[in-house]
Amino acid sequence: MGYRSFKELDWPLTIVTLILSGLGIIQVYSATNGTKWDGAWQKQIIWVITGLIMMWGIAVVGYQSLMGKVLYLYAAVIGLLFATTFIGNKVFGSTRWIRIGGFTLQPSEFVKIVLILAIARYLVEFVRPGTTLTWGDLGKLGLLVGIPMALVMKQPDLGTSLTYVPILVAGVLMAGLRWKQILIITLSLAVVLPIGYNLLKPYQRDRLVSFKYPERDPKGTGFQVIQSRIAVGNGGMWGRGAKESSQTHLGFLPVPHTDFIFSSFAEEHGFVGIVIALVLYFLLIMQVVQNAQTANDRAGFYVCMGVAALLLFHVLVNVGMVVGKMPITGIPLPLMSSGGSNTWSIFLMLGLVNGVRLRRFVN
Amino acid sequence: MSSAPEGAFRDDPRDFAGKIAVFQYLTVLVFVFLVSGFWQLQVQDPERYVEAAERNRIKSTPLLAARGKILDRDGRVIVDNHTSYSLLLNRDQINPGHLPAMATALNIDYGDLSAAIRRNTRPQIIIKDQLTRDDIAWIEAHQDESAYPEMQLIQSWRRQYPQNGFAAHVTGYVGEISENDLNLPQFSEYKQGDIVGKDGLEKEYDKTLRGIDGQQRVQVDNFGHERQMDATQAAVPGQDLKTTLDLDLQSVAELAMQGKHGAVVALDPRSGEVLAMMSAPTFDPNKFTGRISRTDWNQIMNDPFKPLLNRATQAEFAPGSTFKPFTALAGLETGTITDETEFHCSGGASFYGNYYSCWRHAPQYPGGHGNISLHRAIRESCDVFFYNVANKLGIDRLAEYADYAGFGHKTGIDLPNERESTMPSTKWKLHLTRQKWYAGETISVGIGQGAITVSPLQLAVAEGGLGNRGKWMQPHLLAGMAPKVLRTGHFNPDNVEKVIEGMYAVVNEEHGTGRTAALPGIKVCGKTGTAQLASNKYLKGTAAGRAMKDNAWFIAYAPEEAPEIVVVALFENGEHGDRASWIVRDVMKAYFDKKERKAKGLELQTEIEDRLSATTLVPAHYVEAKPKQ
Repeated sequence: MGYRSFKELDWPLTIVTLILSGLGIIQVYSATNGTKWDGAWQKQIIWVITGLIMMWGIAVVGYQSLMGKVLYLYAAVIGLLFATTFIGNKVFGSTRWIRIGGFTLQPSEFVKIVLILAIARYLVEFVRPGTTLTWGDLGKLGLLVGIPMALVMKQPDLGTSLTYVPILVAGVLMAGLRWKQILIITLSLAVVLPIGYNLLKPYQRDRLVSFKYPERDPKGTGFQVIQSRIAVGNGGMWGRGAKESSQTHLGFLPVPHTDFIFSSFAEEHGFVGIVIALVLYFLLIMQVVQNAQTANDRAGFYVCMGVAALLLFHVLVNVGMVVGKMPITGIPLPLMSSGGSNTWSIFLMLGLVNGVRLRRFVN
Repeated sequence: MSSAPEGAFRDDPRDFAGKIAVFQYLTVLVFVFLVSGFWQLQVQDPERYVEAAERNRIKSTPLLAARGKILDRDGRVIVDNHTSYSLLLNRDQINPGHLPAMATALNIDYGDLSAAIRRNTRPQIIIKDQLTRDDIAWIEAHQDESAYPEMQLIQSWRRQYPQNGFAAHVTGYVGEISENDLNLPQFSEYKQGDIVGKDGLEKEYDKTLRGIDGQQRVQVDNFGHERQMDATQAAVPGQDLKTTLDLDLQSVAELAMQGKHGAVVALDPRSGEVLAMMSAPTFDPNKFTGRISRTDWNQIMNDPFKPLLNRATQAEFAPGSTFKPFTALAGLETGTITDETEFHCSGGASFYGNYYSCWRHAPQYPGGHGNISLHRAIRESCDVFFYNVANKLGIDRLAEYADYAGFGHKTGIDLPNERESTMPSTKWKLHLTRQKWYAGETISVGIGQGAITVSPLQLAVAEGGLGNRGKWMQPHLLAGMAPKVLRTGHFNPDNVEKVIEGMYAVVNEEHGTGRTAALPGIKVCGKTGTAQLASNKYLKGTAAGRAMKDNAWFIAYAPEEAPEIVVVALFENGEHGDRASWIVRDVMKAYFDKKERKAKGLELQTEIEDRLSATTLVPAHYVEAKPKQ
């Protein structure tokens, strides 16, 4: 089904993906030119090209067969997370990467795909259409997500672990809950979250609240928020122009090619630029949702909604952080932030979505 | 196709249409929320962030402008600048925890330092001027990121005044602009931390002397590394101020007044140009540049002799006998007396039931001056003669003529805070005390005592104008200023000549009271004065323990036929006018010596260096007591 599968790919989705990846590569180039990260854009091209191949590959393999082997996949990523804890590379006080061959991988990024598949399979296999989830279902799903979450939080990588939550929430809400359950869950979260907050490491706690009051510690935890907001505001309506951004190029913006790539983009391309980029992200998510609507089966629907929820969460938290409306959690912007694991992870997810599309008329 | 999981049967995602719609609305909300965030930063209020980015990116170092020099009439430097280094703190980077260590290392009072940082709201604050070699070494060693990166060394200028308070009251001094001044409209161009003239010429001509500071702008990165130069705005130095002062005369005056209290003023009566002006005791303006130490300040402020006071323009003294020429002129002009009118001096005389003595009285001088007319009366300074003239004139006619000479008026010299003196009259007394004038009060005023007061500068203007045949010029210190006539008296020339002849006799005839002021080949006219301290308000009660002796005045102008120079010397507690005449003579001699050398085409520069360095020494003949004549 090689040629047909290629022709049948979701081309609107793929084109938006390619444009955003292209914007990302250009921005990585512009933001890192002449800095210690010089050359990151070339690597990013490689990630995108390999990512595209993976996308097509996984689309061909199909979500259904992967769901059939999801137990092995789940076991494999849990194993990798454990392995990361023992043989991982420690960077910035956190062990997130493992070295495989010549490059490093961040297993926690691939957990997302496995969780999307695992949750979809659970919902399809154990929940009858037209019924709602039982407390037992919720408990099992919670455990399914909770185990990798705990392992990733332990690395510690709070941001990535939080990205698993929208996958769970989307699955659970789509499958259906009773209002009583929603009420009870809301109330218990109101009790549990403050406790969880106190269990966080102090630096994580600072990061979570500092975006609200960055001026309290402008040299410390507030620095990134303040500098990111300055970069965005400095862009104004039309932007400073590529490579003309002082916040980006003089090192005031932390990591301008990864987590803060959108600040850098906003500084260089202004309000007009970010509106265009955000419209593209909006189209991307809407197209994923479109695929959920036209999916051939519930499994395809859950997969697409999981991907859509995850993308929405990523955009909200990353872009919200850039304008100082969300805490600094260190999660990348899909497709634009440079990095191998997160780029591949997004393309794999889009591969799942394309797989759903390829199979939409098959019964 | 691959195998579907068990249970995936006949399921239809269209059942989820409602939930999908909810998700789509949620997505729209999220994007609206994000765009609104950018709208606030990039469209509503971008200036704030553009400025913040600018502050991040540009490190600006002030380039301080040098103040203009103050020069004498021949272009010789009186006040100069020398380069020094100052320490500046960048407000954005200040870490309050660093201040105690900085204060200790640089010998700054910690309280002063933190107060200065609190008060000053500018982005960069100079915290120490005139850094020593050790200071600079310490700063350079601790400037890096890991220590105290807020510190920045900048080149600055230190004002350099002559040593030993030479001409200090004329030059004035500079200091940091005060909070009060900053709020005044005339200081709207000034900013916190600016150096501004506080007194003297420095204050009067601050706008001319001060330059415009520039800025060096360098682009820096987050780590403080300099990336590239930005637009640099060069400093514009202030303009030099050429004065009418003559260092040759000034140094003689300074030297003459060593160890004494008083003032010397030399003017060109034809133009009003001030050739020399000094006041003693003096102060060292170098101590005021930058920040004066508290000890120095207290010492100056608590000195009972008020060294900051410019006695030449800001103090009032009774003119004493130096006023007699004006009494004489009023008498002649009104026809009250002629040059032949005689009065009898027996060492004193009674008026309105009070006895007024002449300085020449028993037992030392039994018989007083005897019968005496105008010429002798001026020459020998007979008090009784002038008591009679004043009595006949009445206070208002006397005041009318004194008014021509400027008694009771400010001269309007280009120096700050000139003090107004007093010339009494019936109107003046009524206005001031709501009491009528008593005829008896006129008697003392006739010899320059009583309510009449004058500053040395005013006296120099008055006497010079008389020598100028009744044309009084406004004194000024700025070279090149157009001469300004204060008043012209349309007098009978014969009357003026008679008074001037009397003053010539003071210096050049036998029995003259000011013969020490005579100069060979120069026709010097003069007048001694010995004034009681009754009206010496500013010293009253302050110099406890110091014997309050009479003040000695001497005034002279020369040459007689067309005076080019008038010199006034006030020697506080000098007892007799003759003791001030030495001072006047030396200044005059310096003037005429210089003129002669100029005429002969000789080297102009006198031994000024020696003279300046000699101001620390006290030559014997100035302290030698001279007998009364």
